[in-house]
Amino acid sequence: MTTETDLEDLQRGTELVKRGFAKMQKGGVIMDVVNPEQARIAEDVGAVAVMALEAVPADIRKRGGVARMADPADVSEIVDEVSIPVMGKSRIGHTKEAQILEAIGVDMIDESEVLTPADDKYHIDKRGFTAPFVCGARNLGEALRRIDEGAAMIRTKGEAGTGDVNQAVHHQRTIKGAIRELQGMTHEERERWARENEAPADLVHDTAERGRLPVVNFAAGGIATPADAALMMHHECDGIFVGSGIFGAENPREMGNAIVEAVNNWDDPEELADIASNLGKSMKGDANVDLPDEEKLQGRGV
Amino acid sequence: MTLTAGVVAVQGDVSEHADAIRNAAAEHDREVEVREIRTSGHVPDCDLLLLPGGESTTISRLLHREGIAEEIRAHVADDKPVLATCAGLIVASTDANDDRVETLDVLDVTVERNAFGRQKDSFEAPLDVTGLDEPFPAVFIRAPLIESVGDATVLAEWDGRPVAVRDGSVVGTSFHPELTPDWRLHDLAFFDRLLTDA
Repeated sequence: MTTETDLEDLQRGTELVKRGFAKMQKGGVIMDVVNPEQARIAEDVGAVAVMALEAVPADIRKRGGVARMADPADVSEIVDEVSIPVMGKSRIGHTKEAQILEAIGVDMIDESEVLTPADDKYHIDKRGFTAPFVCGARNLGEALRRIDEGAAMIRTKGEAGTGDVNQAVHHQRTIKGAIRELQGMTHEERERWARENEAPADLVHDTAERGRLPVVNFAAGGIATPADAALMMHHECDGIFVGSGIFGAENPREMGNAIVEAVNNWDDPEELADIASNLGKSMKGDANVDLPDEEKLQGRGV
Repeated sequence: MTLTAGVVAVQGDVSEHADAIRNAAAEHDREVEVREIRTSGHVPDCDLLLLPGGESTTISRLLHREGIAEEIRAHVADDKPVLATCAGLIVASTDANDDRVETLDVLDVTVERNAFGRQKDSFEAPLDVTGLDEPFPAVFIRAPLIESVGDATVLAEWDGRPVAVRDGSVVGTSFHPELTPDWRLHDLAFFDRLLTDA
């Protein structure tokens, strides 16, 4: 029979446990929700997690003003509603919002450019938290700085709330392209690349040797249809965040279900054709090219 | 003979399981071909199966939608080995006490999802496992607990409750042996038995 294992040897919040949580989300769809009813629908249609928000990015964009962490009581209601993980967004650099989200039992914290940044120079020091963090990035230097600060997952920033996948594609291609370049470099060339791109050298070498980011890499920002989700999987993302794309669609249940199935069948066009059929209208959106620079969220927190 | 290992790949830590089975096979000088299974038609070719960690609600939904569920049941009925970890254990069980998860009923245990709590309660710890000389580095992530054990044999307990079991050709763990570079659980599930058979 088994012997009793020593309960004293247990360690929480280690890098292995935090990065491990992110790995369990791979191949999945994480959906933005603003209330328990939406969270329940997301869980029913097969989301691997929900992002609990006060408003989806498209509405934050329309509303303007300062965008902050959601009311903790509202997030808690969503935590109580579903059995899948619940994530919450804090402002960039807002250590207290992040601590509050951790205290109410959020499973992962998104230090997000979708909210108004609280610190114009520094991100949260994420290493001290038990909860894992996800952060946005537009390029490899940004991604590695966030990982160095303790992020357990990276997502493309894309351009949130637009329903235009263009920037998510651009950011993912930029990250993958830089990794391919690094793989062709000598040790001293990588050291130089690290200095020029303000990235920690040890993470640069680690990334080059793995041929991918050392943490899970999701797509986010402007994904609005099953075909968009499949496109991001084709670009070697590990999974998908969908913001306004599901509950901004005419039939959220059908759209959510279809996006989950599209991620599993991303390399089968005939199956995708079936999945993408008869879903009703997708979110209207705003083409990224029409946005003036000051309305873009992706430049926040680099 | 080259082994064909199927990693059920509808969602979860698939590449970690693929790497782990490759490394475990290499340690025994066995050739292994790894297939990632997202659709039906591939399980019948597999000598062994891995059911990864992930979200059990998502995984069970897709296994049934894609027609993989029935194929896994047939694999087990043929007495072929399976290693099911965390969400994989939940999906393999007789009952998850949750109508959001339709289980495969190939491992005679009932489980409680998220029994340790939320992610902030996730942990790693050395774990004594029956048949292993040294403790195993176990990583528990929003892990399930095994509530009742029918015909299965308990291989490890945490705080007095089962966290690793064997039922015939199926080994299930609440923790993630694919996340640490230690292949002894893969030996228990696959290679001890395959070596004996050979």
